[in-house]
Amino acid sequence: MLGRVLVTLKREVLDPQGDAVARGLAALDLSGVRGVRVGKVIEVSLDPGLDRDAALALLNAAADGFLANPVLETWSVELVDEAASP
Amino acid sequence: MRAVVIQFPGSNADFDARDALGRVLGVHTATVFHRETTLPAGTDLVVLPGGFSYGDALRPGAIARTAPVMAAVRRHAERGAFVLGICNGFQILTESKMLPGALTRNAHQRFESRDVSVRVDADGPFTAGLRGRTLRLPVAHAEGRFVADPETLARLDGEGLVALRYVAAEGPLAYNPNGAMRDIAGLYGGPRRNVLGLMPHPERRAEAALGGTDGALLFHAVSRVVASAGRV
Repeated sequence: MLGRVLVTLKREVLDPQGDAVARGLAALDLSGVRGVRVGKVIEVSLDPGLDRDAALALLNAAADGFLANPVLETWSVELVDEAASP
Repeated sequence: MRAVVIQFPGSNADFDARDALGRVLGVHTATVFHRETTLPAGTDLVVLPGGFSYGDALRPGAIARTAPVMAAVRRHAERGAFVLGICNGFQILTESKMLPGALTRNAHQRFESRDVSVRVDADGPFTAGLRGRTLRLPVAHAEGRFVADPETLARLDGEGLVALRYVAAEGPLAYNPNGAMRDIAGLYGGPRRNVLGLMPHPERRAEAALGGTDGALLFHAVSRVVASAGRV
């Protein structure tokens, strides 16, 4: 079983990396972009013996204060069917 | 005073800190490896040095806060003994929640390696007798922008915990090198201001041969407090 933690910067936190990416997109003449925010995806291989609720609880515990820093970031978690993922 | 410098994989200012404390100031200084679970008996000051602990994996300081030695550092701080976090050490202190807020990417996205001016804005063991004084110290970081929510910022100013603030200096460069909120360069924490985190590097400006002695003032100050108050 695969867990996925999506970490994103809070809206109110300045994202200079995202701004740099947005400028890069503009330089590539990819118009229509109003802004970019860069986050991260953390994939966690989970013990297949875990049930869904336990797996989600584990991912949230991992995210809260470690995979994500709540001062800067928010997160969401999901479980991915490995057979269906590339 | 007896000092220890914690060495994490990726620390790179641990020898600078040892050299400033040991050779320049004549303080008994030892290195403690990140895998240790206790500090040497009689340790007065713990220095969390600059560098890129664990390659800045996840976020600067995020992995270091899980290191075995950090439980001992936390106990040391909680009983009121002295902890100094320099640069990556400051990042480790915020990731450990031993200081509030967070340190993240410089607003302009560049690595800043240059001298800055910081004003001492709070009294405490590392700044005793220095309040109001402006120090010239080097910074070298890409993720030194202090961020905190408005309530935390108000509390830090209200309780006078902002130890150091970037202030205007001669020259064309921005005085605040990273976009830190309220120009915060260093913070006091702990039960009796015994924890100090700062982005500038006092250990790199501790003798005239390295361009100045402003950094040594912080070490002298805490050393005098230890000498007069005895061990905590």
